[in-house]
Amino acid sequence: MQLLNKRPESLLDVKMHYCPGCGHGIIHRLVAEVMDELGIRGRTIGVAPVGCAVFADTYFNCDMIQGPHGRGPAEATGIKRAKPDTIVFSYQGDGDLASIGMGEIVHAAIRSENITVIFVNNAIYGMTGGQMAPTTLIGQKATTCVDGRTAKQAGYPIKMSEMLATIDGATYIERTTVHTNPGVIKTKAAIKKAFQNQVDGKGFSLVEILSMCPTNWGTRLDNPSEATKFVQEGMLPVFPLGVYKDACAADKK
Amino acid sequence: MAEKKLWKGNEALAEGAIRAGCRFFAGYPITPQNEVPEYMSWRLPQVGGAFLQSESEVAAINTVYGAGATGVRCMTSSSSPGISLKQEGISYAAGADLPIFIGNVMRGGPGLGNIAGGQGDYWQATRGGGHGDYRCFVMAPNCVNEMANFPHKCYEVSFKYRIPSMVLADGIIGQMMEPVEFKYPEVDVKTLKEPEWALGKCEGRNKRIVKSYDLKEGGVEIMVNERVKRYDQIEANEVMYEEKQLEDADIVMVAYGTSSRIAAAAMKIAREKGLKVGLFRPITLWPFPKVRLTELAKRVKKFVAVEMSLGQMVEDVQLAINGRADVYLHAKPGASIITAEEVAKTLESISKKEAKEYAAVK
Amino acid sequence: MYQGIRISGFGGQGVISAGVLLAQAGLEEKKEVSFFPAYGAEMRGGTANCSVVVSSEEVAAPIVSEPDTAIVLNEPSLAKFEPMVRPGGLLIVNTSLINSKPTRKDIKVLNVPCNEIAAELGNGKVMNMVALGAFAAATGAVSIEAIAKALPKVYKKLKPEVIELNVQALKKGAGFKLN
Repeated sequence: MQLLNKRPESLLDVKMHYCPGCGHGIIHRLVAEVMDELGIRGRTIGVAPVGCAVFADTYFNCDMIQGPHGRGPAEATGIKRAKPDTIVFSYQGDGDLASIGMGEIVHAAIRSENITVIFVNNAIYGMTGGQMAPTTLIGQKATTCVDGRTAKQAGYPIKMSEMLATIDGATYIERTTVHTNPGVIKTKAAIKKAFQNQVDGKGFSLVEILSMCPTNWGTRLDNPSEATKFVQEGMLPVFPLGVYKDACAADKK
Repeated sequence: MAEKKLWKGNEALAEGAIRAGCRFFAGYPITPQNEVPEYMSWRLPQVGGAFLQSESEVAAINTVYGAGATGVRCMTSSSSPGISLKQEGISYAAGADLPIFIGNVMRGGPGLGNIAGGQGDYWQATRGGGHGDYRCFVMAPNCVNEMANFPHKCYEVSFKYRIPSMVLADGIIGQMMEPVEFKYPEVDVKTLKEPEWALGKCEGRNKRIVKSYDLKEGGVEIMVNERVKRYDQIEANEVMYEEKQLEDADIVMVAYGTSSRIAAAAMKIAREKGLKVGLFRPITLWPFPKVRLTELAKRVKKFVAVEMSLGQMVEDVQLAINGRADVYLHAKPGASIITAEEVAKTLESISKKEAKEYAAVK
Repeated sequence: MYQGIRISGFGGQGVISAGVLLAQAGLEEKKEVSFFPAYGAEMRGGTANCSVVVSSEEVAAPIVSEPDTAIVLNEPSLAKFEPMVRPGGLLIVNTSLINSKPTRKDIKVLNVPCNEIAAELGNGKVMNMVALGAFAAATGAVSIEAIAKALPKVYKKLKPEVIELNVQALKKGAGFKLN
């Protein structure tokens, strides 16, 4: 009998705390598979955020650090510059990266810090219980905008990939999704490229991944397709998928 | 003895840190400590270290949090408002048991205050400063020579007990120039053993986690209590202070940093007038030398705290004396210059029983 | 011995470097020294001042609040520092740029036309050395030789001939005596 698919070595066999239908589990596995495939597990250090992925330090089978909300890129900078022969990734949600940590992510990109950032955008604060995120859509309900976000009161959802792509130091910026199977496959390819860039010393790479939060979106937990439908119909028009910056591809031309 | 050279306080602090093995610095400009990052920016690359001018104090402390997690001797520095910004990161470093080193060259406050040298951050430095139950090892230099040599002690204590450490200086010590002799041999970082908690390459060993949280019931209590045992050891082993002319003293001034220099000058003036005045200088502010003060209070019946603040350290003096003697306060807030002449006047009024005790109802 | 000094003047008059030089000279003579500059915002208004202590004992207060000697190189400095001088202390006045006369009777005053002397030597920049020379001779706190020895240590990039010019300025300044 042949084993066709196994748990990646880079992911530990521990029970995850993520809700049913959440995208974090998928994304964790993709990151772990990429670490296995690139053979970098033994020299990778991961930075866990504050937010739903705070426990990522216990899931990944590599050295991990957990620090203050939004400061992942600063911590990753310190680790990478202190130990340049390690591979460093920061795993962050939308509140962490696009709200409180806006300064750190922008300046890590400006410096073209040779790190990899996994940015999970589910348009809501999950861990704290469904408050409005900087990426919450206009009209989307949250516990701090119970009748739906309005531009007048709270402004517009931030498009991080588009913004970061304008920065000279950004090497590779792509937005993908995990709400469909092809999306998952493309997401893995993007994550792999973002890590490969770091291995090759090419500088700052970020993958923004659209992901589901059935619990806090108020979609039915027994019907996950309601959540994937929200990504498809709600998020995709606001956050179009695609490669927003690929300085390496531009170099080749 | 090596030849003494004139050094500026801030540069001596930076060079002292490098000689003590510092190989990573991140910081953000703020007066009156700018010479620290400026010096580090060219000096660290010479010794194979890394320097980063961060986008903010918040980013700087967290960059140091990351670097410190790899076991490297690292440093950030700032002045009062910037140190306020760093408090969350310092709390995390304390909670994750990281031996990071912080320089605070205090200025006037609160708020933007002014850029002259002050001592208004005593509470912040000695009470933790950020959220949660924790301590930092805090040393207060009163001359440039100590700026140069205290980083060595800070790293030693930091790594031995896994605690953040701080040199609490002020703008006067940071900006002045005095003769310096580097007392310790330069640390060869290649001989430093990688700590067993340091992040790096997990190939061939168990993975390591640097973190300050534990959401299990009672988890953080266990973490804090384990840390408290180390705090107790530090209180038992690492207290430092200096005494001047205490033998016959009726009045003992308690002062640290720049204030202790002014107090020394005031002592001279007072003694010329026949007052038997001594000086007790806490060198470590945490741990505070409370045991020694308690001992002194058996004989000395009048203590006066001299501070460039509205009166912060005086509370530690009062706690240590605990009613065994009278405690007075000579305070000067707002980073105004404190003079020996005015302190001498306070000493006279205490000796004439004209001054009110610190705890007296105002 | 103990000598607390304040030096004050316009930015560019070499106030800060004169202070450092004095501290280094004290160090050359194995004395205890400290130097403290007014910094930051205080510097922005165009005037600079510093405190220097040269002492045979450990230096207590590094900020000199009652100077034994004040060296004032411009008009605003006279107004600010004349009142601070210790009774019986010394005030060195750069008469090239200061028209007002000191009013106190309980201090000694030494008038030195620093800019004119420097100009005679062919380099206006050495006017601070003229003042230092006068200070050294009048107080004996440090010797001219010690200042000369300190010069290349403080001004690491100066050519030997420029150092020599500074030494000449020191000596010219030393020629001014109290009445």
